[in-house]
Amino acid sequence: MTLAFAGGVYEAFVPVLELWYWLLTQLYHLTGLELISPEYTFMYRAILVGLCVGVIAPLIGTFLVHRQLALIGDALAHTAFAGVAVGLFLNGVFELGVSPYLTAVVVAVIAALLIELISEATDAYNDVSMAIVLSTGFALGTVLISLNAGGLAVGINQYLFGNLSTVSAENAVIMLGLFSVIVATVALTRNQLLYVTFDETAAAVSGLPVAWYNRIMVMLTALVVVGAMQIMGVILVAAMLVVPVAGATQVSRSFSESLLVSIVLAELAVVLGIGISYYAGATAGGVIVLVAVGIYVLSVLAGKVRQTAAPDETRELDSISHD
Amino acid sequence: MRSTMRSDHRDDADEATTESNENRPSVVELADVSFGYTSTPVVEDISVSIDAGEYVAVVGPNGSGKSTLMQLLLGLLEPDTGTAELFGVDATAFDDGARVGYVAQRAGTSREMPITVREVVKMGRFPHVGFGRLSAADWRIVDRAIDTVGMSAFADRRITQLSGGQRQRAFIARALAGEADLLVLDEPTVGVDTESVDAFYGLLDSLHAEGITVLLIEHDLQAVTEHAERVICLNGEIYFDGPSAEFTDSAALARAFGTGAQSLAGGNG
Repeated sequence: MTLAFAGGVYEAFVPVLELWYWLLTQLYHLTGLELISPEYTFMYRAILVGLCVGVIAPLIGTFLVHRQLALIGDALAHTAFAGVAVGLFLNGVFELGVSPYLTAVVVAVIAALLIELISEATDAYNDVSMAIVLSTGFALGTVLISLNAGGLAVGINQYLFGNLSTVSAENAVIMLGLFSVIVATVALTRNQLLYVTFDETAAAVSGLPVAWYNRIMVMLTALVVVGAMQIMGVILVAAMLVVPVAGATQVSRSFSESLLVSIVLAELAVVLGIGISYYAGATAGGVIVLVAVGIYVLSVLAGKVRQTAAPDETRELDSISHD
Repeated sequence: MRSTMRSDHRDDADEATTESNENRPSVVELADVSFGYTSTPVVEDISVSIDAGEYVAVVGPNGSGKSTLMQLLLGLLEPDTGTAELFGVDATAFDDGARVGYVAQRAGTSREMPITVREVVKMGRFPHVGFGRLSAADWRIVDRAIDTVGMSAFADRRITQLSGGQRQRAFIARALAGEADLLVLDEPTVGVDTESVDAFYGLLDSLHAEGITVLLIEHDLQAVTEHAERVICLNGEIYFDGPSAEFTDSAALARAFGTGAQSLAGGNG
């Protein structure tokens, strides 16, 4: 159970979950869509988690992609897998009853800080520290699973590939908590994150503690990865951080617009992906990523068309004002 | 107060410039600063003072420590020995970032980041607004800064669609939006076409005339001698610190850059 983490916070989010159930039930009565039949409340939770992922993944991914850290999501997903293995191991050996998603949050956040620490302490390139943490995380995960193979191997697939039907009420509440923390943090620090992303040296000169904002960014990434892992799976989770952002970059004229467009594209991929996977009986994570990639290809084409149709941009500069 | 001189020119240059600057507050003060990334110092025993309103250029051959010096005076690096002060405060502890505008060589690392000129310039207001939103007054300052650098027609254009010279103007506008007292530029015209370079220096001249302190790190000796009023020639240590007119014919120029450099600097040699 999630009592250790949730407590009063859990209770606070339960009414939100109940409101969501009510909304989708009303929508079912209006549309008759089997996908949102009250008989399948697991889909209600999966859709909620998917929609949350559609906001927080591109929200953080926009900053990561433009810092050329697109693969950090992949590294943290592999360490989150180790976190899941730690949770399953503890439950299997000590019968602690802790949610593997909570141990994944803890391990992924520690891994996120390690990536920054290794880069700062050794002057290594970011991708070197990411590769070290990625490998260590996956190695730790596989070792823990092999130590307790009988009990763990059966359940591990849902974490590797994601599974709509296993999103429990507790996990949906964990996602609502992660969603609130991530959105609130980005809303509060959006100026600073933008400055550090665009021009780290100028941000440092302006007095920003750049190292701290880098740490905040990787920790938020860890939270997104764990939240998205429920339906995307470890292997595909990084795609939601990158693909919608890459599509939005092709068609957006400004940074604020790209944030909005990337969220719209991600939500489109999530809704279409969950719908298609339900009716086709396919894995949701894979379908969502394939839809997202399809949207990306369309965005690239749209961007090229816009570029071709753009007016001549060789206007002279205005004269310099001396007011 | 002026720097500790090493070349023959420096004492004379001191007298010439001290008189006109004696009432100006000091903006940058380096005293006996040495720094090295390894045990070998990159800059050694550097003492420099820059007063408010000065237009100073730092020149030197590749690897002479120009960018390191800039990072030391901005507080981005801590001296191994000596002290570095910015506006009278230890540079590493300086926290009034709005007073300093920084323009890097080819700033803005992300090649495809969809960000407009206005979004770049508004960053200049971030030290003023902190975690809050820009007010209507902040946006007026942003638009005025864009207008000042002649980029109003490009305000909503993605910065990646601009030429090198246009981009650097946008970064200067960001510094102006922050209402910076000190403008620090690190080789801002690298990769910029000649026509844009001329317009760029015209802009710096006009900003200096309005009272902004300009510290320029530059490789283009002719541009430096034409526009800056004072030149610091660096090559691990200070070879020259004085009026730019004297630099073109100085022995320090040849010592730092080799014989024939006078012609590059527009001097008689």
